[in-house]
Amino acid sequence: MEHDDSKGALKEYVPSSGLAVSIDDPVQNPGLPPHRERLTDVDPKAAKRAERTIYTLFYISVAASIWAVAAYMLFPIEDQELTSIRQNNLFIGLGIAFALLAIGIGAIHWSKTLMSDKEHVEERHTTRGSEETREAVVEAFRTANEESGFGRRKMIRNSLFAAVIASVLPGITLFRGLAPHDGENSPVDLLKQTMWKEGEHLTRDPSGTRIKASDVTLGSAFHVIPESLAKMGHDEGMLNEKAKAMVLMVRMSPEQLTEREERKDWSYDGIVAYSKVCTHVGCPVALYEQQTHHLLCPCHQSQFDVSDEAKVVFGPASRPLPQLPITVDAEGYLIAQSDFHEPVGPSFWEIR
Amino acid sequence: MSTATEEKKAPLGGRFVGATANYLDERTSLSGFVKALGRKVFPDHWSFMLGEIALWSFVVVLISGTFLTFFFQASMVETYYTGAYDPMRGIPMSVAMESTLHISFDLRGGLLVRQLHHWAALTFVAGIGVHMLRVFFTGAFRKPRELNWVVGFVLFVLAMAEGFTGYSLPDDVLSGNGLRIIDGMLKAVPVIGPWISYLLFGGEFPGHDIVGRLYALHILILPLIVIALIAIHLVLMIVNKHTQFAGPGRTNSNVVGFPMMPVYMSKMGGFFFIVFGALVLIASLVQINPIWGYGPYDPSPVSAGTQPDWYIGFADGALRLAPPHLDWVIAGKVYPMGILIPLIVLVVFIILVAIYPFIEAWITGDKREHHIAQRPRNAATRTAIGAAGVWFYAMLWAAASSDLIATHFRLTMEGVIHALQIGLILGTVVVYFITKRVCIALQKKDREIVLHGYESGRIVRLPGGEFQEVHKPVDEYERWKLVADETFEPLIVRPNDQGKIKGKFRAAMSRWFFEDRLQPLTNAEYQAALEHQEHALHEFGDDDHGHGAIESGDSKH
Repeated sequence: MEHDDSKGALKEYVPSSGLAVSIDDPVQNPGLPPHRERLTDVDPKAAKRAERTIYTLFYISVAASIWAVAAYMLFPIEDQELTSIRQNNLFIGLGIAFALLAIGIGAIHWSKTLMSDKEHVEERHTTRGSEETREAVVEAFRTANEESGFGRRKMIRNSLFAAVIASVLPGITLFRGLAPHDGENSPVDLLKQTMWKEGEHLTRDPSGTRIKASDVTLGSAFHVIPESLAKMGHDEGMLNEKAKAMVLMVRMSPEQLTEREERKDWSYDGIVAYSKVCTHVGCPVALYEQQTHHLLCPCHQSQFDVSDEAKVVFGPASRPLPQLPITVDAEGYLIAQSDFHEPVGPSFWEIR
Repeated sequence: MSTATEEKKAPLGGRFVGATANYLDERTSLSGFVKALGRKVFPDHWSFMLGEIALWSFVVVLISGTFLTFFFQASMVETYYTGAYDPMRGIPMSVAMESTLHISFDLRGGLLVRQLHHWAALTFVAGIGVHMLRVFFTGAFRKPRELNWVVGFVLFVLAMAEGFTGYSLPDDVLSGNGLRIIDGMLKAVPVIGPWISYLLFGGEFPGHDIVGRLYALHILILPLIVIALIAIHLVLMIVNKHTQFAGPGRTNSNVVGFPMMPVYMSKMGGFFFIVFGALVLIASLVQINPIWGYGPYDPSPVSAGTQPDWYIGFADGALRLAPPHLDWVIAGKVYPMGILIPLIVLVVFIILVAIYPFIEAWITGDKREHHIAQRPRNAATRTAIGAAGVWFYAMLWAAASSDLIATHFRLTMEGVIHALQIGLILGTVVVYFITKRVCIALQKKDREIVLHGYESGRIVRLPGGEFQEVHKPVDEYERWKLVADETFEPLIVRPNDQGKIKGKFRAAMSRWFFEDRLQPLTNAEYQAALEHQEHALHEFGDDDHGHGAIESGDSKH
């Protein structure tokens, strides 16, 4: 490249080497080692052998493909036969697998044994465009700027920016429709209420049969849902309600329970009911350890002590599980006294 | 692609191929493209294949995924399964779950393709992961490849997003619990948390919309971006040309290797079939995600020992390692720090991964292009940082299986969590220092082998009674690989004209990086050492091979 250095603009670009230490007298690169011939290069018999191996592999592939098609027909899925599903999967799969593997191994064997293994040397060029090209690009922008007045006519430019930015807003607004417009219930209100109400029967999950207090034996644990939930269909939002209303109920001897004065009547004869939604990120706290009275969340191992108001004893959860105040009706079936007194599930901004 | 070489008399590959090539070229200028790429040279090293694993498993994901879309129905409407698998008959479930069961049990080869899709997806993310490690530890992200590192990084994140959205589609118990965890994490976001969750799920969790929405992301938007970024990634690789390892004849300004046609076409094409075949083999032999064992999603049941797919493990593990009671209440509003701290740690961690090339470039101030992949030991601090990062990730990842570790090794759950918490913080520091010392020790070992030769195992008794082991010089070409070409030294800051000292922070960072280093070998030292080796060998009567032509039995390096 020839340039006039006095102009400065077209000076040869020399990147800075920063903190690199260059020594005047580096060790010299010995250059490419002599090419070593392979067995297939010098021995025609070996080359012939390699050729045979390769085309054999390719023919094996053809056979395996045909086998896979045959297996599709030979191993149909018979009604109620688990073995037939397994065989269908296995025999079609093996056919396809070997068909593909044989092509791959054959092609690579070909490239390694028979194709030339002489190393080629190619020069690299700096990634940066040549000074002429870069100058031409700058010139193109400069001309375009002059011809349009993009930089000069500031009002036009800035109003265009404003218009383009503003034009995105309606599109974003439309996405409000992702969730229903429910005038009365904001998401926060919804999070703070469940189906439980005064007199709602505690029933078994999922059958929905009522539970007599006398059936709850010492040390047993019940998975509980509200009675009216059991009657709901999926399309009525059953899972949404269940995700909040599910409860785990256990019985221990009343003297084992540590209860605050104001919560004394929330339990019934040693039977306590707590929300089954983990206060960490909402998994079901479904594992009850009878000996220690601990509830364990299988997702992130938060542990709650049921005998002590379901306080967090280990793991990443922060709040105790909310307690459902319970009592019995005239016939001795367990019912709720009210909804939970605090939101169930994971903590959020407006939870208090 | 056909060879577009044209010869008037006898077209290569016959008249039809010749005519076709001519037809295409006259309409597309294809010949220029083929001329540029056809014999383009690519360097050879086994570790350059790791990225290919990711690429080809993505192709398998696309092929198998397209097949699945013909049968999967992303709807959460309630229905009943009536197909061949008896234990699931008559159970109420969503159409999404029902169609997944239909694919698995009623469609011939359906289970195979479903399992292939899942295994290929796991391999895709794993392939990206190991490829990133290779690029990191060899410094292949240095100029001019920083941007391609970022493109690759975004692909890694997108691959995880693809994996997670796909995992959530069958609407079984595990996928529902995964979404429940996402829901809980979203709700923890200050100010807008509950609203984000409300909008995402179209109302309350789980709602009836999420599967359809994730499906649109999973099969349309995310794959589109992934394909576009892979295209950019590969084009940039061609523009920058591939890096190569230091070796005889290889310099920073050349590429030594084999041409695209025929060698790489055959090797890469062949490798596609091997990856594809291996994945089909796994899919036909090893069961994955048996949703029929978990049942349709219901918020209530869950089984012990549930695990996310491997690449989500580090995020899940981070959640598990947070200590209890971290809900901060400030001015009546709740900050669930038990979730926010792990989230912040994860975000900071991956951002550090994304911007590492720029940090290192800023410290070295090096603006030159680098095309030689470094040996990890020769960049001791970087390698130590990388090893510490791998350890950090591994601890989080192990934490996702804390319950299984506890049950398998009969430990307490609490003990495992506490050990991992300590390992996460302390271990990362320890791994950093150990790795750095090991790297520098290995550099010294290399230097010793270059200057004094390798231990031949032959013990000689000298006339004075002294025993000595004969060291033999390593073959000239092998030796070159051990000569580290250059080093960096810490920045020394000096007052400027106004008497102010600037750049103290960068100076400190450069001291951290380059304080401990070996000076590059000069040619004079090198030649003197070689002469000395020759001389010593002569004394032992062992120089019959002559200079430089010693058997290259030393294959350690």
